[in-house]
Amino acid sequence: MGMTTSARGNLSASSTGRQTVGLARPSLSGGVRYAILIFVASVILVPIGYAILGGFKTNGQLVGDPVSVIPSPWVLSNYTDVMFGANGAVFWREAANSLIIAVVAVTATVGLGSLAAFVFARIVFRGREAMYMLFTFGLLFPSAVAILPLYILVRQIGLEGNLLGVALPEAAFALPLTIIILRPFFRSIPLELEDAAKIDGCSAFGFFWRVLLPLARPAIATVSVLAIVGTWNAFMLPLILLNGADQWTLPLGVMNFSTQYVSDQARILAFTVVAIVPAVLFYAVAERQIVSGLTAGSVKG
Amino acid sequence: MSATSPRPRVGLRLPTKWVTIILFLLPALALYVLFVLVPVVQAAHYSLYKWNGLQPLTDFVGLKNYVTAFSSDTFKTAVSNNLLIIVLSLALQIPFSLSLAVLLNRRFPGRAIFRLIFFLPYVLSEAITGVVFTLLLQPGALVDSSLNGVGLGGLVQDWLGDAGFVMITLFIIISWKYFGFHMILLMAGLQGIPREIEEAALVDGAGRWQAFRHITLPLLGPTLRVSVFLSMIGAIQLFDMVWVMTGGGPVGASNTMAIAMFKAGYKTSQLGYGSALAVILFAFGLVLALAYQRLVLRRDIEGAVTAFNG
Repeated sequence: MGMTTSARGNLSASSTGRQTVGLARPSLSGGVRYAILIFVASVILVPIGYAILGGFKTNGQLVGDPVSVIPSPWVLSNYTDVMFGANGAVFWREAANSLIIAVVAVTATVGLGSLAAFVFARIVFRGREAMYMLFTFGLLFPSAVAILPLYILVRQIGLEGNLLGVALPEAAFALPLTIIILRPFFRSIPLELEDAAKIDGCSAFGFFWRVLLPLARPAIATVSVLAIVGTWNAFMLPLILLNGADQWTLPLGVMNFSTQYVSDQARILAFTVVAIVPAVLFYAVAERQIVSGLTAGSVKG
Repeated sequence: MSATSPRPRVGLRLPTKWVTIILFLLPALALYVLFVLVPVVQAAHYSLYKWNGLQPLTDFVGLKNYVTAFSSDTFKTAVSNNLLIIVLSLALQIPFSLSLAVLLNRRFPGRAIFRLIFFLPYVLSEAITGVVFTLLLQPGALVDSSLNGVGLGGLVQDWLGDAGFVMITLFIIISWKYFGFHMILLMAGLQGIPREIEEAALVDGAGRWQAFRHITLPLLGPTLRVSVFLSMIGAIQLFDMVWVMTGGGPVGASNTMAIAMFKAGYKTSQLGYGSALAVILFAFGLVLALAYQRLVLRRDIEGAVTAFNG
């Protein structure tokens, strides 16, 4: 730190000239930074805000004056219609389908994935790394590749048009990620704990269930949250594997709604908004897990 | 599999160990093999046949489907569209994400809120995002009127209807949805770099840009590679948003490999041909993955993989 004045001179010459905190990293002045950030934030928020407010407008307002922000008058009927009126049954059915698929897929992938990660983390056996590579391999190629044979396969095993026929493949596709995140966490739990549990008469499953899982709760939360986001937003797989409107999930429903009511923009916007509310609420609650899960590995680099 | 190594050295624990391994691992393995690995192998198999998915698999055509694919202008357009998205992502989206990551990489009031907002689109479904933007981009709708309103009317395009511009429009919306994700990754990477290193360089007389270019950027290398890899893997399987917004149109101008595969295999029941397209898609993914494996230390992988959302 204790540097000569000439070095300091260089620094101030090459920086923006603002040197309030001595060595503080030279950077854009606060005003410019905020201007850029606010601009980008508004590019993110305007489309979302437009959809929310647009749902409170009439089609006349939307088409006649697309730029004015505040609905006048405020119209509630679009939202009440899509939730409780003419389209209410459709919305709740699609939300329920999305929920069922997400619950089954996430339970399966987290349940089976944590069992497998336990084996990969704590048991030494021949062929372990090869087997582990087999799972990691699943992440390195595009999932779209498997989709046509899956369509045939799901038909063959009698799960076509069944929510399970979507949930199980989604769970399978989420497995590699789950295992890869969980393995290091499971590994980091000290061996002494395992030995102690064994001395106390714990079986392998007992140790897994009563010691490992409770200790790995943050990691379990992370993989669950990522799996929920993935399955909730899945589109291509349900599009191919579900064959009737009865089974559609919300993303399929929104797309279909937008073609069905193509001339009723306000209603489409209202439907879209209620369809993204669960994801946004979930984000508000679980943002930390999502971010930590996504960045878990890359930070180590 | 390898239960055939009965070395009785560890005495009674050995059978128990294998029972545990089998009971714990088999369910996950079965699910993964059945729904992920088998379909990929089957795609390779189907790709050698002319097949509509219903009749028995008898009409063996060898590599004809691949020849057809590579001589099809539709498919060539699809491949070049995927490549275009990759190039644009690397040239624009990742530098943009990096700039924002740098801007947010210091404490100031409101930082957490900006981060929350920028990352928000990541949790929205691509399909639903596509529906909203389709409405915004209609001729005369919000985007057009806003541009006109601020005197940039000259920029107005037929966003989704102009064959020459539709991929640019899609790229902008993809960036809208995903730049926050890359920004979050890169922010995490930046936080792993001790400030002192850059400060020392500044003290030694390095310019601000020099310090960033020669100190921060190399140290950020592993994270950047993860970001680049994920961006490329995402770009080659681009489907949801394009299907919702354009269906590959106008007249095939926004087809991607996945769209072409979906149309062939599902919409027109050419499952053999569709599978060949899937295998080509797979080959692209494999090349990327191998390049990545080569270029990148193994420790990156766990990070790379953490963001893949199937």
